[in-house]
Amino acid sequence: MSIVLSAQNLHKSYAGQKVVDGVSITLNKGECYGLLGPNGAGKTTTLRLLLGLIEPEDGHLSILNLAVPRHAREARLRIGVVPQMDNLDPDFTVAENLLVYGRYFGMPDGEIEARIPALLEFANLAHKRDVKIPTLSGGMKRRLTLARALVNDPDIIFLDEPTTGLDPQARHLIWQRLRELTQQGKTLLLTTHFMDEAERLCHRLAILDQGRMVAEDTPRKLIAQHIEPMVVEVFGEQVEAWAQGHAAHYAHRFEVSGETAFCYVEDTQPLLAHLKEQGGLRYLYRPANLEDVFLKLTGREMRE
Amino acid sequence: MASHHFSPPRLSLRFIPIWRRHFLVWRKVAATSIIGHIADPMIYLLGLGYGLGSLLPQMGGTSYMVFLAAGTVCYSTMNSASFEALYSGFARMHEQRTWEAIMNTPVTLDDIVLSEILWAASKSLLSGMAVLGVIWLLGLSGSPLSLWLIPLSLLIGLCFAALGLVMTALAPSYDFFMYYFTLVITPMMLLCGVFFPVAQLPPLWQNVASALPLTHAVDIARPLMSGALPPDMLLHVAVLLGYTLFGFYVSLVLFRRRLSQ
Repeated sequence: MSIVLSAQNLHKSYAGQKVVDGVSITLNKGECYGLLGPNGAGKTTTLRLLLGLIEPEDGHLSILNLAVPRHAREARLRIGVVPQMDNLDPDFTVAENLLVYGRYFGMPDGEIEARIPALLEFANLAHKRDVKIPTLSGGMKRRLTLARALVNDPDIIFLDEPTTGLDPQARHLIWQRLRELTQQGKTLLLTTHFMDEAERLCHRLAILDQGRMVAEDTPRKLIAQHIEPMVVEVFGEQVEAWAQGHAAHYAHRFEVSGETAFCYVEDTQPLLAHLKEQGGLRYLYRPANLEDVFLKLTGREMRE
Repeated sequence: MASHHFSPPRLSLRFIPIWRRHFLVWRKVAATSIIGHIADPMIYLLGLGYGLGSLLPQMGGTSYMVFLAAGTVCYSTMNSASFEALYSGFARMHEQRTWEAIMNTPVTLDDIVLSEILWAASKSLLSGMAVLGVIWLLGLSGSPLSLWLIPLSLLIGLCFAALGLVMTALAPSYDFFMYYFTLVITPMMLLCGVFFPVAQLPPLWQNVASALPLTHAVDIARPLMSGALPPDMLLHVAVLLGYTLFGFYVSLVLFRRRLSQ
């Protein structure tokens, strides 16, 4: 596999506070790589460093064999970006947005015009070609932003929370399109705080917390390495008392959050048998997932 | 502020697609925009020109209307560039996040700031031509030298666009611009010889006026309008260019700082 992006030990701080603290990422061609982390973990700052928009205090970064930020301009010629906040041009139609954006890459109008039908087809927006931006739905705007990121036929695409605020139908359509892009050999770098999104899409992912990478692997391996295979969630008003008295006996690890106890176990049977005999407690059991790993590594405290 | 914020501007031709973007937006509202460029200066020119002009038979050796015509070209081009650099520039930088979208492409912030100045100056050029056209139609000037007011409009535009962008770079919100218009633009209109000669001011204020860019613009425009070559023309042009370069560099440093947060 060929390496398209290599970031080693990036550091960035604002006003003495470390925002990115020793992040290292290597992207292989054709993979989808996820950056997960709570708000303020440094995901967006990492993307801005990779784009060469801000300078790291320390670290090495090369994209498609170009040193960044020194050659950031040349690197950005071959990168597409889907930003977190919508920044389509509200005065323009759908097609004009693509045309004007393509010009920033130095593409001649004829070349952009030739690409527009396929881009609109990809975004399911062929019927909206001459419609102004304010009349589009949130999902349509995201799809157009994705199409806009492809106008220069980039090798690498950065997506900063591409499905935040979308309904399930719109999210599924975006996911399908992102899979098509990796099948075409594009490399994706995605930030998200939706664990199901990361688990479905990402070949590999890193969990960021307070600017540091706390884990990196395939979703499956992260779950296998960091957490017991099964989770039993116990609910009820007396759950706190029950957990203090019994949970440690049946579970490797347990956490109480509000009126729920999360019990992490190898084998669910002894705990389920015990719970059947308890009155006033409800419960469910399921395989451990990425969210369990995420919460174990980054904690349950709010980050604001 | 990091040291690389102070590096000299790196200019490239990549400002052109941004200028074309602004032009495409403007084309959609061109008719109302041109009416706006003409209506406001004409109301002042005709209102003050006929009203005050009937009381003041002569000013600076010409009729008051002709005197006022040159000042009107200067302050209306100043206003066009200032409004564009402040309100529209702020909308593109802050509200619509247009700059953010552009910076994700091979275009840099330096290109963007250059394009903002050139675009605002383009609007001044248009505004200057529109006002000059009406002045010719009214027969207030017939000298071929008055054609030089067209490139002068561009120069005034560059100057006030660059100065205005310094405010845009500092502005937390649109309300901030009120200070600039009330404390800078309006006093300049009154001090710089637009409505009456600077020589009418007390000596202290004459000195203040001589440091302000609009005074130098008016000093070029007024003789040209009545068919004479302005004295000290190179000095006046140099002052306007100096303010342009100062505004461009300071605004660029401030934008670099603001957008790297």
